Amino acid sequence: MKLVTAVVKPFKLEDVKTALSTLGLAGLTVSEVQGYGRQKGHTEVYRGAEYTVDFVPKVKIDVLVDGVDVDRVVDALVEAARTGKIGDGKVWVTPVDEVVRVRTGERGLDAV
Amino acid sequence: MKIDSGDTAWLLASSALVLFMTPGLAFFYGGMTRAKSVLNMLMMSFGAIGLVSVLWVLYGYSLSFGTDAFHGLIGNLDHIGMAKTLTGDGAISGTIPTTVFAAFQLMFAIITVALISGAIADRTKFGAWMLFAGVWATVVYFPVAHWVFFFDDTKDSAGNVIAHHGGWLGDRLGVLDFAGGTAVHVNAGAAGLALALVLGKRHGWPKERFKPHNLSLVLIGAGILWFGWFGFNAGSAVAANNLSGIAFINTQVATAAAMLGWLIVEKVRDGHATTLGAASGAVAGLVAITPACASVNPLFAIILGALVGGICAVAVGLKYKLGFDDSLDVVGVHLVGGASGAILIGFFATATVTGGANGLFFGGGLTQLGKQTLAVVVVGLYSFILSWIIGKVIDKTMGFRISAEDEVTGIDTTAHAESGYDFTSAGGSSGLIAAATAKPLASASAEKE
Repeated sequence: MKLVTAVVKPFKLEDVKTALSTLGLAGLTVSEVQGYGRQKGHTEVYRGAEYTVDFVPKVKIDVLVDGVDVDRVVDALVEAARTGKIGDGKVWVTPVDEVVRVRTGERGLDAV
Repeated sequence: MKIDSGDTAWLLASSALVLFMTPGLAFFYGGMTRAKSVLNMLMMSFGAIGLVSVLWVLYGYSLSFGTDAFHGLIGNLDHIGMAKTLTGDGAISGTIPTTVFAAFQLMFAIITVALISGAIADRTKFGAWMLFAGVWATVVYFPVAHWVFFFDDTKDSAGNVIAHHGGWLGDRLGVLDFAGGTAVHVNAGAAGLALALVLGKRHGWPKERFKPHNLSLVLIGAGILWFGWFGFNAGSAVAANNLSGIAFINTQVATAAAMLGWLIVEKVRDGHATTLGAASGAVAGLVAITPACASVNPLFAIILGALVGGICAVAVGLKYKLGFDDSLDVVGVHLVGGASGAILIGFFATATVTGGANGLFFGGGLTQLGKQTLAVVVVGLYSFILSWIIGKVIDKTMGFRISAEDEVTGIDTTAHAESGYDFTSAGGSSGLIAAATAKPLASASAEKE
């Protein structure tokens, strides 16, 4: 089992969600995050005083997948999130030891 | 004189309009602070409404508009507690009841005090502010209002003025300040500068971020100010007549031009026209036309507004160069805007509107310009020096600033035990995670049990 985590541009969330549900994934978790990579921040001006906003708002998507699906999921996600411009984000995969569905107590792949 | 019901109705309405400016100012300022100090900013204005209203009826009206006690410097104490204004000759001022005139002028005193608070955002002990507000109103505003706004003339049988017994600047010297460019804006601006120097910079200023937390609030505030300002300026005719009409249209067009002027400076200098610039430009225009609205024609009101809008847009940058933390630009907008408006009367005044005095551009020479400049300098210096002394005394005795820790935590929670917003899920607004546990009042909880 793997955890696929993606940090992407907020306006791409809808595309990513559609792409993943087309693959048959049953669920995902979304959170609003801030940070910077190569894109850096932007500047704002108030009464002539400049403020540099270091962190750019992004959306973080976490999705649990079966190990055999992971490449298809990552490819679909990257495809859906890409604009080709700086600041498109990152996707990474981490191994998961155990997953439990709270309602039924199912464990492992059954719970994914 | 007989009471005119039209004049009285307009002045009653104007008084309410001018009162409404102070909550407007509170929003205008409040939106510019950080989220953790918005309530304190609002409270400084509301505190001024409470305190100055009481002082005004007790003795403020009398000091400002009582019969002159000494060379046009201060009124006498005849009207303490509004004595001798309820019946008889004293109950009529011009064509309106004296109580209506007093109510109208009270609102000016309130907003002048409230204006100062913008210079000392985020860091001022509330009790110290209230003490300053009361003392400042008493020794600075009430006398200066007498200098500028108190007219008391002897007229001959043909109605010509033969002797002046009013305030030394407005009545005796002939300074043109219709609604308070000097008495209100230069006065409050100079006091703001003094207090910004006495209190010192906020922690982290100007390195850290002090950007406005709610620009929508700033625009609501600017809108309320603009609306209320028609009472301020057109009401200052103390009549519903041709002059109040001129003041009204001049107020509108100068404000509009100033907003455009500020936005043009921003676009050229910073690359963007901003909402904060629009709100600030409008207020700068309102400030600038305040003294001049019954001295210039509408075309020169446009020029005056556009000029001062541009000047103030540049002036708000001064504090970074000079290193004083006038937090919300009371100096850059009110001192500079008020002084510019008052001095430009010396150039743009026309007898068509003033009924007498002409500015430099209308063949009046340098006379009026000299008087205007003198009034700005005298009022500015008087207010700055007195404010600095009052501020220093408060600072050395009870302390004017909250502690560094309280300031960084946020003055709303430390001084008022409240917070303006509850917008994180951890704060409980989404109802998912309760971060705070409510403790009902003793009586209510006893009832439940």
